[in-house]
Order: sequence, then C-alpha cells, then structure tokens
Amino acid sequence: MKEKVFKTTSIEETHALGKSIGELAEEGFVILLDGDLGAGKTTFTQGIAKGLDIDANVTSPTFTIQKIYKGRLNLYHFDAYRLEGISQDLGFEEYIGDDGVVVIEWSKFISELIPEEYLSISISLLDEDSREFKISAKGKKYEEIIDKL
Amino acid sequence: MTIILAIESSCDETACAIVRDGKEILSNVVSSQINIHTKFGGVVPEVASRIHVENISTVISEALEKANVTIDEIDAIAYTLGPGLVGSLHVGISAAKTIAWMYDKPLIPIHHITGHIYANAFVAELEYPLLALVISGGHTELVYMKEEYDFEIIGSTRDDAIGEAYDKVARVLDLGYPGGPKIDALSKEGEASYKLPKPKVDGIYDFSFSGLKTAIIQAINREERNGNEVNIANMACSFQETALNILVDKSLKAVEEYNPKMFVIAGGVAANSRLREIMEDKFKDRDDIKLIIPPLYCCTDNAAMIAASGYIAYKHGKRGSFDDGANPSLNMD
Repeated sequence: MKEKVFKTTSIEETHALGKSIGELAEEGFVILLDGDLGAGKTTFTQGIAKGLDIDANVTSPTFTIQKIYKGRLNLYHFDAYRLEGISQDLGFEEYIGDDGVVVIEWSKFISELIPEEYLSISISLLDEDSREFKISAKGKKYEEIIDKL
Repeated sequence: MTIILAIESSCDETACAIVRDGKEILSNVVSSQINIHTKFGGVVPEVASRIHVENISTVISEALEKANVTIDEIDAIAYTLGPGLVGSLHVGISAAKTIAWMYDKPLIPIHHITGHIYANAFVAELEYPLLALVISGGHTELVYMKEEYDFEIIGSTRDDAIGEAYDKVARVLDLGYPGGPKIDALSKEGEASYKLPKPKVDGIYDFSFSGLKTAIIQAINREERNGNEVNIANMACSFQETALNILVDKSLKAVEEYNPKMFVIAGGVAANSRLREIMEDKFKDRDDIKLIIPPLYCCTDNAAMIAASGYIAYKHGKRGSFDDGANPSLNMD
C-alpha cells in the first residue's frame, strides 16, 4: 500500500488534481472517494471526468445512485450515500473491471463490493477552501499512478 | 375524445392515472413508499423496485375501477421512460408494455420532468412561450418552451439538485427525511441570521447548491468551535432563504431575456410554502406574464401528470416501441 497526501486551496486546484488522475486512469480502474458531506467528492470527480475527456457536466449522483458519462473511457459514477446500513445486490459489480473507470462516492457503505485492488482517496475539509486528499493505492497499477502524481 | 392511461414508477411512488383529453382526471392512484424509506434517510433503489412489483397490478386495476372505464376505452398507454432509478423504471415500463401488447394500444414514452411541467395543465391553459422552473430531489432546471412540446434546458444545476441540498442539510441539522417540508416548517420559527455565501457559477442560468451545503457544515463547525450553540431554526431559515433566492433570481433573469407569457413551477420543491410566497410577490405587478404554481397534489410524483404530458405527446404523434428500455439519464431535449 502506497500513500501520498495532497492539499488543494481552491475548486480549480481540486479539479486539477482530479484531472491528473483521470488522465492517468486506464480501463477497469476503480477509484473510491470518501469524506464527509461537503468534503468535495463530486467536485473532485468533475476533475477526473475532465481527465477522461468528458465534456458533459458531472453532477451529484445521489438521487439516481449511478450516472454514466461517455469520454476517452466511460465514467461510471456511483454514490452509495443512500445505501448506508443496508446490504443488497445493486448490480454495481457488473461495472467494476469493465470497459470504463468506476468512481464510487461513499464507498464505505458498500465495502463488500470493493475489489482487491483500487485507488482510495479520502478527502477532508480543512477550512473554507482548502482540502486534504489522502491518496492510497492497493495493487501495482494503482501504485504506479501514485508515483506519477 | 382521448383517454390516456399513464404509469409512473421512476422513484418511490407507484402510480397509475386515467385522464381524458389531458385535463380531466378520471382517476389518479398513488402508492407511496415514503414511510418505508424514511428510516433509511432516502430512497433505497432495490427496496423501491421490489415494492413497485408488489404494487403495480393493484394500482392499475384500482385506477381503471375508480375511473369507471374499461381497457377498451383507453386510447394509449403513457409511461415514464426516465430519468429515475433504473430498477423502479423497469417495473412501470414492463407493465405499460404488457398492457399495450395485450390490448394492442400505442405506447407513449414520457420524460418524467415534462410530466411535472404539464401537471400545470390541470389548473391553467398553458400559453407559449413558457418558462418552467423544475425543482425536485433530482432536478434543478430552467426549461424554455418556445411552443407546445418543445423543450430547451437553458440552465441546470452544476452539482446538487435543490431537493437533494434540502435533504442533506436536513440530515446535517438532524431534522430527518424528507428534508424539504421539515426545513420549510422550521424556517417559520427562525430568522436568516447566519450569513451564507451565494455560490458562483459560470452559466448565467446554472445553479450550484453543493457549496451552500458545505457552508452550512462549516458554519456549524465554527459555532461549535467557539462554544456557541447552533440555532437550528435560524440555520434552517438562513439556508432556505439563500437557496430560494438563488432560484428566484435566476428565474427573474430568465424572464427578462425570454419574455415568456407564462412562468410555471414544477416538481416536488414547488410545494415549498416560502417559495410560493416569494414568487407570488415578485409576479404580483406583472400583468404581462402569468405565474402558475401547481396545486400540491400535482407537485409530488403521480401518474396524472404523465398522462397530461402523454396526451400532448400523443397528439404530436410521439410513439414508443417495445424495444425501449429504461433510461435512467434520459435527456429532455
């Protein structure tokens, strides 16, 4: 397990950090995003989408649980916020390891579906505009990403 | 005379309605799952689709019975194709296709949000050009309709939908689910004493509510750090005033540019009492434009509105096919 910590002080910087990960992402990537309400998970995903050459505006998937965007690689954007405390088959695993990049917000609520290797990003709100991103990698291809960041 | 049977199951309501000529509701049956989801703090998709399966047949036969029409008298079957939860949508779509197949009726696929807009047809003759503010748990959109059944989204949320912001802020304030009615009610007991920033967005008609949610969390943390007790009613009121003013400001700006004959509010958040109050005040001196706010029974999800939109779509020759699958992120335009 490799780990790196980044700090951003504006939405633009958060987008840029997400974008650099999106640019490095390959088919079948799984990225887990955790952090409290308002930490910036969706904002960070907007950056990832830019790195995947997705033009569409990425919005919160809380309501529909899942949103799909087409780009250099497809982005499967999941949000497990509403799934706290329940365990059920949602078909998420059909997308994991498939042709696109899977981003899961609130992954801790569906821990049983998380594959063995992934990039995990824990976001904390430091103050009004600054955030800390603790990025850890499990698995070789994800560790390589961390080295490049 | 055209009689439409409509089915709606995009979220947590299983609904069937029968409507004559897009205006006269013969029956409007809604089975809500809200009590089941309350304990989870939101809609649970898999639970939702299972309950839809259990309810759908009963809801349809009840709608036919209440309307006192036979299936032979139905001209077409309208159904919500999207957007919504995929499993939930499937249940309604399968039911619609089954009826259409058995009784050889045309299918009319409907975008859920056009239903919310056409819910206003039950209370007013819609006039075009028209602007609609569509606000719900999953949507925050300004829609321009140059003419009948022509939809152009001129602005939308860049992050959270307004109803979602209400739900999440209610959760932070420990008020329970659904957040909209709770915050609306509590706001009446408080005042907007907390200063919250208005989010900046690029598109002039676009919205952003994610930053407002974060600002509330930070304001609460700040108060706690300073050893002050958070006044929950004042915080709810501050959030509501800021959020609603964003909606109102953008709406009025769009009215200036597009000069519609009519402005309609649609979706679940249209039930908000404070929003009704502000909008009525802003439009009271405007003789050139009619403000329509749907009656409460039309604001939440129901199938009568799908029938209303379905009637217009039917007139315009829009037909669905047995190959159509649920589209959770269906586009309106």
